[in-house]
Amino acid sequence: MSETTDTPGMSDTSDANELNAQSDEAPAPRAEESGAESSEPPVLEVRGLGRRFGSVLALEDVNVSLHAGEVTCVVGDNGAGKSVFIKMLCGLIAPSSGEILLDGDPTEFSSPRQARSQGIVAVYQDLALAPLMSLWRNFFMGAEPVKGWGIFQRFDVAFAKQAMQAELEKLGVDLGDPDRAAHTLSGGERQGLAIARALYYGARVLILDEPTSALGVRQSGAVLRLIRRAAQQGTAVVLVTPKPQHAFWVGDRFLVFQRGRLVEDRKSETLTLESLSYLMAGGTEVEELETAIATA
Amino acid sequence: MAAALLFIFFSIASSGAMLEVPTIARVLDTAWPYGIIAVAVGLLMISGEFDLSAGVMVGTAGALLGVMATEWGMNLWAAVFLSLLVCLALGLWNGVLVVWTGLPSFVITLGTFFGLRGANVALSKYFTGDALIENIDDAGGYDSLHTIVATVFGTAPSDFRVSLIWWAAFILIATWILWRTKIGNWIFASGGDRDAARAVGVPVNGTKIGLFMLTAGAAWFVGVSSAIRYTSVQAGQGVGQEFFYIIAAVVGGCRMAGGYGSAVGPAIGALIWGIAFVGIPHAGWNSDWRWAFLGVLLLVATLINHVVGERVRTARSG
Repeated sequence: MSETTDTPGMSDTSDANELNAQSDEAPAPRAEESGAESSEPPVLEVRGLGRRFGSVLALEDVNVSLHAGEVTCVVGDNGAGKSVFIKMLCGLIAPSSGEILLDGDPTEFSSPRQARSQGIVAVYQDLALAPLMSLWRNFFMGAEPVKGWGIFQRFDVAFAKQAMQAELEKLGVDLGDPDRAAHTLSGGERQGLAIARALYYGARVLILDEPTSALGVRQSGAVLRLIRRAAQQGTAVVLVTPKPQHAFWVGDRFLVFQRGRLVEDRKSETLTLESLSYLMAGGTEVEELETAIATA
Repeated sequence: MAAALLFIFFSIASSGAMLEVPTIARVLDTAWPYGIIAVAVGLLMISGEFDLSAGVMVGTAGALLGVMATEWGMNLWAAVFLSLLVCLALGLWNGVLVVWTGLPSFVITLGTFFGLRGANVALSKYFTGDALIENIDDAGGYDSLHTIVATVFGTAPSDFRVSLIWWAAFILIATWILWRTKIGNWIFASGGDRDAARAVGVPVNGTKIGLFMLTAGAAWFVGVSSAIRYTSVQAGQGVGQEFFYIIAAVVGGCRMAGGYGSAVGPAIGALIWGIAFVGIPHAGWNSDWRWAFLGVLLLVATLINHVVGERVRTARSG
């Protein structure tokens, strides 16, 4: 109990110290973000990131840094490169150029599992839950807490239930009876459980791929509030969503992808819902389309 | 509860004969060999797999023991141990093949089933000249083994075998593993959503292979116990019983597609089979009806599990 509540605070301070020390040694030049959230060094940073599939250039020269406590929205049309981008962040696809820096150190993720062990967790639409298993069994699936020794070693059920409830409470999620089967959860509740699980296992960068795409208004609201709360606890959240309203409500920063390039990197203060919707709808592409229609 | 209802039903139908101690002794003695293997098959089913070779492996264990003890003059303890190793190796074979090929375990273990069905009898005849291996009690170590697996409490016909204690112990251990260890969580997770389980680091393949070996081990125990108890072995024994285990597991509430079930359920399923097996002749009906009963039982139980289970689940979600 005490362990779970202490962990985020502890890691925040120690990381910050470590990072400050590092940035003193070698300040990283970042043209695009000069003057932005300068005081806090990024958790994750990508430089010149690109990916080619055969002769097709899916993503080219992306420079972004992700900060603790910030919700970064990744928006763009289909095929704009946003899913390739997040897949490279979480280790599902290896970049063909550029580098990824975790706490200022270059890293390579050979698998999602490895990325997860370093605190970069992706929560996908098909959430990893066994439908007929109870919530707490799902929560600790693959990482069961045990007590006792030798052949008497056993699943610490009391701890599992209590630790799950504590984590859910911290995020303000109420799922009711921990013994209920996972398939009885609504879509929003499933997201809640998955996000709580990711944070419990020490996610520092949480990547959410269209978490509200299959949800109604109320459930979407709950999930977005949950995302805000995760950021408040010091997580760097990366949110992919096609819905401008959702992105605008929850996002601190917006990365707009177009045809395999990062074309905009804007802070929320510099945007209105209209301008964001315009950017998300394709921005300059829409103008081109309009002129194309008008001149035809 | 179904077992209790059935018991009451046959008690009335047999005008009370069902309630006498000798009858109860017979019911339990009929049920335990199925019960032990059904518990293992049930766990395997929860993990999402089948084993059709569990029945014939009873014959393999017995025949191996018989050949080693009577033809090769081995001490029975050594024969029992070697027989275990062979059965575990066969379980490993089933498990590894299922995991590696990704083929349905139904097909893989059906192959093992026919392979062993042939090998059991052919090899017995090759080594002993007969499919019936007798005089196992002449081998050294027989008495001590007999005490362990076949001690009798009470006098016939009200006799109870020590096997029942082994059965009970096996149910308890399986229940403990399933509900109170991380391996139990892996079993549920492997059958519940294999890919999800794998994604969060559950050793799905290892869990399944282990359960195939457990099932083979359960078959070994039954094969060896009955060989020692009856001092003879029919190399063809066990064939056709693989379905009883699966029926017992399904009747006991294990989900055929995996992810749900218990260890006590299959044991109760086996008990129901024992009650019907003994109760039908007691009620004065032709004993051939046992098979028809088994078929009806399977359908009814599955239907009830499905309907009730569905209702319970939706009620809890509301």
